[in-house]
Amino acid sequence: MPTLSLMPPEFSVVRDDNKCIKCLACVRQCGFDAQQYDAEDDRLYAIDANCVNCQRCVSICPAGALTIYKNPPPMRPNAHWTEGHLRNIVKQAETGGVLLTGMGNDQPFPPYFDRLLLNASQVTNPSIDPLREPMELRTYLGSRAEPVSREESKDKTRTPLVPIETPIMFSAMSYGSISHEAFESLARAAKAFGTLFNTGEGGLPEDLYEYADHAVVQVASGRFGVHAGYLNAGRVIEIKIGQGAKPGIGGHLPGEKITAPVAETRMIPEGTDALSPAPHHDIYSIEDLKQLIFTLKEATRYQKPVSVKISAVHNVAAIASGIARAGADIIAIDGFRGGTGAAPTMIRDHVGIPIELAIAAVDQRLREEGIRNRVSLVAAGGFRSSADVVKAIALGADAVYIATATLIALGCHLCQKCYTGKCSWGIATQDPYRSRRLNPEIGAERLYNLLRGWSHEIKEMLGGMGINSIESLRGNRLHLRGVGLNEVELKLLGVKHAGEAM
Amino acid sequence: MLREGEYRIPSGCAISGFINKDGRRVDGSAIIQSIALMQERSNGLGGGFAAYGIYPEYQDYYALHLLFEDKLSRNQVEELIKDNFYIEAEDRIPTRHVRSIGKAPLLWRYFVTPRLSKIEESQETEADFMTRLVMRINDSVNGAYVVSSGKNMGAFKGVGYPEDIGEFFRLDEYEAYSWIAHGRFPTNTPGWWGGAHPFTLLDWSVVHNGEISSYGANRRFLEMYGYKMTLQTDTEVVAYAIDLLVRRHKLPLELAARVLAAPFWQEIDRLPAAERDLYTRLRVVYGSLLMNGPFSIIAGFSGGIMALNDRIKLRPLVAGSKGATLYVASEEAAIREICPDVERVWYPQGGEPVIGRLEEESQCRLSA
Repeated sequence: MPTLSLMPPEFSVVRDDNKCIKCLACVRQCGFDAQQYDAEDDRLYAIDANCVNCQRCVSICPAGALTIYKNPPPMRPNAHWTEGHLRNIVKQAETGGVLLTGMGNDQPFPPYFDRLLLNASQVTNPSIDPLREPMELRTYLGSRAEPVSREESKDKTRTPLVPIETPIMFSAMSYGSISHEAFESLARAAKAFGTLFNTGEGGLPEDLYEYADHAVVQVASGRFGVHAGYLNAGRVIEIKIGQGAKPGIGGHLPGEKITAPVAETRMIPEGTDALSPAPHHDIYSIEDLKQLIFTLKEATRYQKPVSVKISAVHNVAAIASGIARAGADIIAIDGFRGGTGAAPTMIRDHVGIPIELAIAAVDQRLREEGIRNRVSLVAAGGFRSSADVVKAIALGADAVYIATATLIALGCHLCQKCYTGKCSWGIATQDPYRSRRLNPEIGAERLYNLLRGWSHEIKEMLGGMGINSIESLRGNRLHLRGVGLNEVELKLLGVKHAGEAM
Repeated sequence: MLREGEYRIPSGCAISGFINKDGRRVDGSAIIQSIALMQERSNGLGGGFAAYGIYPEYQDYYALHLLFEDKLSRNQVEELIKDNFYIEAEDRIPTRHVRSIGKAPLLWRYFVTPRLSKIEESQETEADFMTRLVMRINDSVNGAYVVSSGKNMGAFKGVGYPEDIGEFFRLDEYEAYSWIAHGRFPTNTPGWWGGAHPFTLLDWSVVHNGEISSYGANRRFLEMYGYKMTLQTDTEVVAYAIDLLVRRHKLPLELAARVLAAPFWQEIDRLPAAERDLYTRLRVVYGSLLMNGPFSIIAGFSGGIMALNDRIKLRPLVAGSKGATLYVASEEAAIREICPDVERVWYPQGGEPVIGRLEEESQCRLSA
């Protein structure tokens, strides 16, 4: 940030001097140099322009002396030229660069999850109490071979299915974009709960191979950290084609984040930029994807289901159908609310479609083609609560990926500055001084708690609907009703409007 | 008001059924007596029966029981039937006047055999050909509905108390080796006769007490295999699910029951390896056919009946036996009513199928 900007700071840091005990914790912990101490005057002060409102100082201040305020917009109110646009233009006028941001799309597009309501049993069928009756969330991911016969199939090219104990997995966040501590927290929690975490495109650090049995190991366009041992260690292999936060473009992890251990894991020289091309350079069409799927299957002797992750774009249903026919076992679809460590703001905020519509369209299309059982469908992108998860499954997903929610559980306050590598919470940083703040044991416990809480809530909602197994919810859109949706939206989602009978 | 089929009606019910495994054929008075005992489980808005072995003289022909709301639909269906089948015999289904039964639709039956050329043209198996035709009539001919379409069996159903429906259809004049019956308590007025149970497809007939909360998931899965849910009833999905699993996917009935009322994972995890693998595959592949929510059903088929409860037994089901006869019903009293000296009575566990089949020898005798 240049010293003189045409824009006033977005936030202002207010310190109550009566409460402040001058412990200087805020100065030490601020990742963005907003908190300053003048030793000569024994004075604490703040550089508001540096503050990103990550709430680290507020949270750790033992005296409760700090508050961050959003500066009131200094501009004349204008519905077209909003503060955000003005700030962006000024920033670009100062730097000439592409606007960067972190985390998911924060624009006020219609939230379909908030326009869907769930059903419950009354009189004609009993609701089921999960405290008294078994309530099953176990979900199997992979391609299902039918018909089932008493004898097991001798086909050696059938990959085994992978069970998870709750239909929630941790979505891809690479080592490099997040700290080793954050990465390890996810790995430990996934193992403890019996679900999967996702390595992202940065490989799996040597010391975390003990968690590999609960890892989705990603193969992305940069092929970072991909080797035979990595593929064979993971439980599921995921080919990453696209990401909801930045459909159609690649990735860029700046050299400053490529520390020695990150470099080793990614198998690139220390300090070099890690550039993921926009397309895979060996996938220019669907038949190329098929080749890569089977290359990976051959490399792992058909023991690992292969997932293909795409971002939700306009033609997602047809693309997903092609992916199913290309031999994928799992299709992961990432909606436009999906997070990222770094993305151009314009791409993040303007490309892609909502996950609710994408899941509904893909599930319907695969059923119309009679191939829904050939793949598992994983939805991702902005799941905020267990209710979102239940709605996604009712729309047709087998399971969901969550990532932003996990980071929030680890301390993230969505300041959207992941791309700077300065994360005060020790999550999106490779600076050991910062990342040490996150204890993987405590982090894992918090993530485990999150899964536990959400899973309990899902069981309660299932029981209320009168079903005791998650598979009876999958694609069961009769348990959903729309409110305030127009006819096209209802048709696309395949749900009736609230007030309509069964 | 909308007709049933255009929306979904939850129902409570009474069910009863029995099979003489020795093939002895008895008339319909016993089953009427049994279902009548449970009158307070129904509300006069639906009753029905299925009987097996009633048409020995036409046992090689599909017996199409049809109801028509008007002459037009009958003409349309007859045209369709003449196009696709040889008709061996046809007549009005005999009925007698019963005061409590309101205006009945036109009720006809046809004994038919499909034209070989038509089957070849369709490039399907005979059973698939029949299934598709039945679905076509139900789906696209307004006012016509196929009540049953199996061989040597028939379903009789309508709006009214089951004992009155039995009287109406003169069931005391039919003889069957197995009978199943249903008394219905729908929460809404169904508006027409097609909504009553049993629901049938080819040889399958299903009577059902309960509401299947997984209906949406079951339905969308079955639609992938070409089944059309024309009635929006849970019973319909049960019948189609059994048809898919047993006829098309060749699963033994015992295993099909374990799909409809799947064991819990905690039970599967405790099984020996080979069994565990089988049950895991069943659940993983057919998870969408798990009938979740309260139900007890009796499914009739050629040569047998099967009774099944949902896996946590949220609806009543009791079984009894005496000699070669197996009884199943919602209430024990309904069995004792027609078999006071029943030898054994038991309450099957949730998800545990009770299956009665004709003994081999009587099967031969009946088909000879």
